[in-house]
Amino acid sequence: MSLSEFLNMGGYAVFVWSSYGLTLGVLLINWWLPFQQHKQNLKKLKRQYRQDRKRNDSSS
Amino acid sequence: MGSPPHFYRFAGRWLPWLTGIFAIFLIVGLYGGLVMAPPDYQQGESYRIIFVHVPAAWMSMFIYMVMASCGIIVLVWRMKMAEIVLISSAPVGASFTFLALVTGSLWGKPMWGTYWVWDARLTSELILLFLYLGVLGLYGAIDDKRVAGRAVAILAIVGMVNIPIIHYSVDWWNSLHQTASLTKFEKPSMPPSMYVPILIMALAFKIYFVLALFQRVRAELLYRERNSRWVEELVQS
Repeated sequence: MSLSEFLNMGGYAVFVWSSYGLTLGVLLINWWLPFQQHKQNLKKLKRQYRQDRKRNDSSS
Repeated sequence: MGSPPHFYRFAGRWLPWLTGIFAIFLIVGLYGGLVMAPPDYQQGESYRIIFVHVPAAWMSMFIYMVMASCGIIVLVWRMKMAEIVLISSAPVGASFTFLALVTGSLWGKPMWGTYWVWDARLTSELILLFLYLGVLGLYGAIDDKRVAGRAVAILAIVGMVNIPIIHYSVDWWNSLHQTASLTKFEKPSMPPSMYVPILIMALAFKIYFVLALFQRVRAELLYRERNSRWVEELVQS
């Protein structure tokens, strides 16, 4: 089987490859988004704790 | 496992391993499905959509059962970790349901001549997608997350009636959709070169679910436990 035959998928290339592409895309997004969310939460909390400490220091 | 800091660390340790194992299974499954498996004698190459469609459809129901089981734990034992696992499973389950529907319709077009029919299998799977979206919407709409957790637990449990309907729809009603080609108890209606890649892909998707879930649970735990000592210590270390 040649590469172009493989890519052609017996004439069903559009249906087969869009199925696989979409699947991989959705899996990738679902992996990446919570990863970013986690990083962002860490950063946000770090900032928040720092501000809280400053406020406590100045009030006491 | 019930304690948030313990789960957070446990999930963090396992994430790189799970990602690696998933990648291996995915590559083997894709190679088996796209290259090794022979073309179908009726459908030619188009049937290769099966290697993502069927595992995605299985996951859509499996994750729903995980979610509903967490719902029961939430209602009976009021366990916070179960709430977090429940709500973190929902986006992953919704994604697999979406994939099952879309890859199914991309397979339906060349084989049935249409992207969509309103038959029992397709309609009940669409309802499953709405159930997932309903869980996410309801959780987002209630500010008190303990109350929200209990509300989505009830919704998830009630929605469980849809699962046997999806599963048996092709036997109970006339449908364009074919009946199950792989069951636990009967001899498969296809050769091993076709069903082994399906099973490998299904395994890959299961591992993916665990790792995507761990990722989401970690992010959610930080947010929900932001006022607790362990998060403060973790963030500042």
